[in-house]
Order: sequence, then structure tokens, then C-alpha cells
Amino acid sequence: MEKVTKVKKRSFVSRVARDWQLIVFCLVPIAYFFIIHYVPMYGVQIAFKEFVPSKGIWGSPWVGFEQFRRFFSSYMFKPVIKNTLTLSFLQILISFPMPIIMAILLSKVPNKRCSKFAQTVFYIPHFISIVVLTSMLYIFLSPRNGVVNNIIRFFGGEPIFFLGEPHLFKWNFILSGIWQNTGWNAIIYISALAAIDPALYEAAKVDGANQWKMIWHIDLPGLLPTIMMMLILAVGRVMNIGFQKAYLMQNTQNLVASEIISTYIYKVGLLDTQYSYSAAINLFNNLINIILLVSVNRMSKAITKHGVF
Amino acid sequence: MRKTDSKKRHLHGDKVFHIINYTILTLTLILVLYPLYFIVIASFSDPVAINNGQIRFWPVGFNTLGYQRIFENRDIWRSYGNTIFYTVVGTTVNVILTMLLAYPLSRKEFVFQKPFTVLIMFTVYFQGGLIPTYIWINQLGLYNTPWVMIVLPAINVFNVIIARTNIENNIPEELHEAALIDGCNHFTFFRRIVMPLSKTIIVVLMLYYGVAHWNEFMNGLIYLRDKGLAPLQLTLRAILLQNQVSGLGDDDSMIEQQKAAELIKYGVIIVSTLPVLVIYPFLQKHFEKGIMIGAVKG
Repeated sequence: MEKVTKVKKRSFVSRVARDWQLIVFCLVPIAYFFIIHYVPMYGVQIAFKEFVPSKGIWGSPWVGFEQFRRFFSSYMFKPVIKNTLTLSFLQILISFPMPIIMAILLSKVPNKRCSKFAQTVFYIPHFISIVVLTSMLYIFLSPRNGVVNNIIRFFGGEPIFFLGEPHLFKWNFILSGIWQNTGWNAIIYISALAAIDPALYEAAKVDGANQWKMIWHIDLPGLLPTIMMMLILAVGRVMNIGFQKAYLMQNTQNLVASEIISTYIYKVGLLDTQYSYSAAINLFNNLINIILLVSVNRMSKAITKHGVF
Repeated sequence: MRKTDSKKRHLHGDKVFHIINYTILTLTLILVLYPLYFIVIASFSDPVAINNGQIRFWPVGFNTLGYQRIFENRDIWRSYGNTIFYTVVGTTVNVILTMLLAYPLSRKEFVFQKPFTVLIMFTVYFQGGLIPTYIWINQLGLYNTPWVMIVLPAINVFNVIIARTNIENNIPEELHEAALIDGCNHFTFFRRIVMPLSKTIIVVLMLYYGVAHWNEFMNGLIYLRDKGLAPLQLTLRAILLQNQVSGLGDDDSMIEQQKAAELIKYGVIIVSTLPVLVIYPFLQKHFEKGIMIGAVKG
């Protein structure tokens, strides 16, 4: 802290002059952020306009909140919001605790070689592309010759077209996500567990605590800051269910359940070329995310003294 | 690490715990590995046997016909080449730009350290969105050019944070001061000290960015119209999810296409995923560090 105050005594201009080399380092990267990320923000105004390509962003007429009103009163509003929220709440409820459980279980394996091997295997699915993951779902869940339906048939059941049933879409989505990401997402908890003082476990053992008690009284409290941080980020992404996977898993039969905000933005915008309408939905979505993130962060800071910013 | 507890203190509850634990982990291992193993054996099997659900633990009707068809398919190889290009050039650009930005941001005394950090973090939470970005990319003349695949994802904010934290933790301040006394400026310090001492983090960045490029689908879908520019994932989607296999001649019927797709789909999954899975064990011990470093600062 002292250092900072000392530096602050210098005038801004002299500091800029002193740091000119560091500024040179930043030139291209910062230019990238301006050109690729900040300039498009100027285009967000088309959400309040009726975009006409020939007139450009600036010349198109203002329509105020018309695009937003249209979305809120559109027949797609409710299903799209509902589908998005269903997926994200299930993700927080079911997918989110999985890596925590996996990290704890792995840390309890006495043979470090074994746990290391298991860990390495659990990472693999993370590196598979979404296209391949989706096609694997089609392969294994195929009603004609998929492994899962073969098992169902073996036990005398009727084959189910899992990917065509709207009410099963969320489970396909969530469970395949757990399969793909649990191992990878466990890394952060594994490293947090490794940072816990081993003396705590020794002391607990002397006091006669068993493994369950150690999980409850040592592991979970030790993980709490990490869990809170990840939870805040997860809640901040509630409306941000990835476009790719939902889009690739969509088919005509499951569309009622699989159309989410991001896929709707894509279809309305790029396939139907309703630019302004799509931009308005996008902006609405983005603002909700920010509001959620900031409020969850506030809440977390108030309750547990941990926040991401 | 904790010592394994002595046998006499091994409580009964702990034994039960370990049995349950090993059972869960073993089942999870099978659940993770079997689908992958199945794809491998199916790729060498007779499609008829797959259709009848005969494939369990070994290939049935061993053959390499699927792979032969893949080697003959021009679409697959062209998009394979495209993706190699996007991955190699893209990752090179990624790593250079990320390190260039990470170094100044790691210098506490840097006059723009705070403003620039805020500036890049802001883009994580607020974006122009699909359409404004799409319009702008068109105006820049990047639409339907290979460069869009490299320029658009040129820097990932989280990777910058990981690299910055790594430089902060790995390069002692004394080294910097000593170098300054020796008349070393930031450019030489970066080249001679920072880059050589950041080998691990550079490997991590290469892995993260490389895999992202290899698996990239969305940018190709949105910004590339020409089939000739299509990345691998777009071709994969056509074959695996839309049952479209071209390159068989102009008069392919739907049924012919479906048959061809059925024959090659397992092999295509293997061929497209293999490069990532082959380099993975070599980089494995490095990349965990990346996430852990990132985790410290979030």
C-alpha cells in the first residue's frame, strides 16, 4: 500500500511517460478489445430502433421500447424464458454440486496414484466437441439400436425416443452436461482441498472423527469460499445457457422444450433477419444477467463475506 | 499429504466409507470410459452388427471400410485442413497477444493497470451481442473470410487473468529490480526473463486456446458461408447430425446418404477427436496448474 501512495505523488503525465514501454505492450491487445468488443456495443442502439440495412445503424429510425414490448407480448416469450430458466435452475441444482462431491471423493482415496489416474480419465470428456457429444447422444439413445434402448428392451420395456420427447429434453441436456464437465469442474475444488492444512485432519483423527465428520467439519467449510465464488458466477449465467449445445440438440419434435433465449436470438436475428428485434432480446437477456450477478454478489458478501468483485 | 491412518484406528465407519467411495468412483470410471470405448469398437465393426445391437465389448465383423470412406471424402479432409490452419495460426496469435497484455497488467506500478483491467473485465459481463457484432464484422469485411476465425477469438479475458497471475507469482520482484539496475528495459526483460520463465503457462494457454479452436463451431456457423472455409465441426455436424455426406456424386439419394453416414460416423468421431486426445496426456500435468492459478484470483 505504501508503494502505491508513493507512486501516486508523481503526476499522471510523468507516469505515462515513464510507462511508455508498457503502453506499447498493450497497444494491439487493447486495440483488439476496442475494435472487437467495444465498437459493437455502439450497435446495441438498434434495439431501440427499427434497423434498415440501407440506412445503417445511425440512420435507422428510433422506435423506443417497441422491440421489447413486442418480445414481452410475443407468444414465444413465455416458453423461451421458461425453457432457459428450467435448464439453468436444473444446472445449479443438480450439475453444480457434482464436481464438489467428486473432488471430495477423490481426495479420500488413500492411494494417490489411483486418484490421479481417475482424475485424468474424468477430464477426457471435457475435450470432446459439442457436435461429437450431441451425436454420441443420438447414437446411445437411438430408439432403433442405441445401447440404452437395448437395455430397456432387454428388460421388456418399450424403446423410448429420448431426443424426440420434449419433456425429456432437459434431462438429456443436464445429464450429458454432467458427463462432460464434472471431472473438469472438479479441478478447482481439488486444488482448494489440497490447500487445507493436513494438521486439521490429524487432529480430527485423534479426536476420533470418522470420514463423514471430516467431510462435514473440515472439507466443506474449507471449500466454502470456492463454492460461493462458483455459485455466484453460475447464478450470473442463469440466462446464458450456451447456444451451441441447445442448438445442436434441437430437432423438430423437441423444439417446444429446447428453444432457449440464445437459440431464439440466433434464429430471429440471422435466419429471419429481424435485426432490431433480436438485438432487443439480446440486450434484455444481458441486463438480466448483470442484475442477477450484482445482486447475488451483494448477497453473498453480506452473508459470507465472499464475493467475486 | 495426509498419512494413511494406522490399521488399529481404522474405524468401522471408515471402512464402509472407503468401500462406498471406491464403488462410486469405479462406476463413474466405467460410465465415462464405456461410451468412448464403444465408439472405438463400433468404428471397426460391421454396420449391420451395430444395427442389431450386437456390439458390446469387442468389434463384430472387424473391418476398416468406414475409415477407407473417410479417407476418400474430400469434404472431411478440406475442413480438417481448415481447422488445422485456424488452430495453428489462431493459437499463435492468442498466445502472443495474451502474454503481451498479461505482462503489463502484472506490473503493480503500471499507470493503466487498473483501468485496463476494468476495461477488459467489463467485456465479460456486457457484450454488444450477436447482431451488433455481426453487422460490425460485415462492415470490417471479415465476413466469410478465414480471418474471422482468428481475429474474433483473439484474446480470452480469463486466460489473460491466468497468465497475469502466473507472472505475478512466478517472477520474483527482486529479479525485475536487478534487471532494471543492469539497464534492462521492459522489452528485453519480457523477452529474456518473462517468456522463458513462463513456459508452463504458455503450454497451458496453448492447450486452452488450441482446444477451443479445434472444437469451434458457432463462429463458423455464423460467419462462414463458403463450404470451402468450413471448419471441421461444421462438416461433422452435417455428417453426424444431419446425415449429409457429400462427395459421393451428384445424384446421391437420401437413403444412399444415410447409409454412407451410418458407415462412417463412428470413424469420423475418432478421426476428429484423436488429435486432441493424443496431445492430451503430454500436456496433462501442465494444464491443471492453469486452472489452479486462475482459481486463486478468480
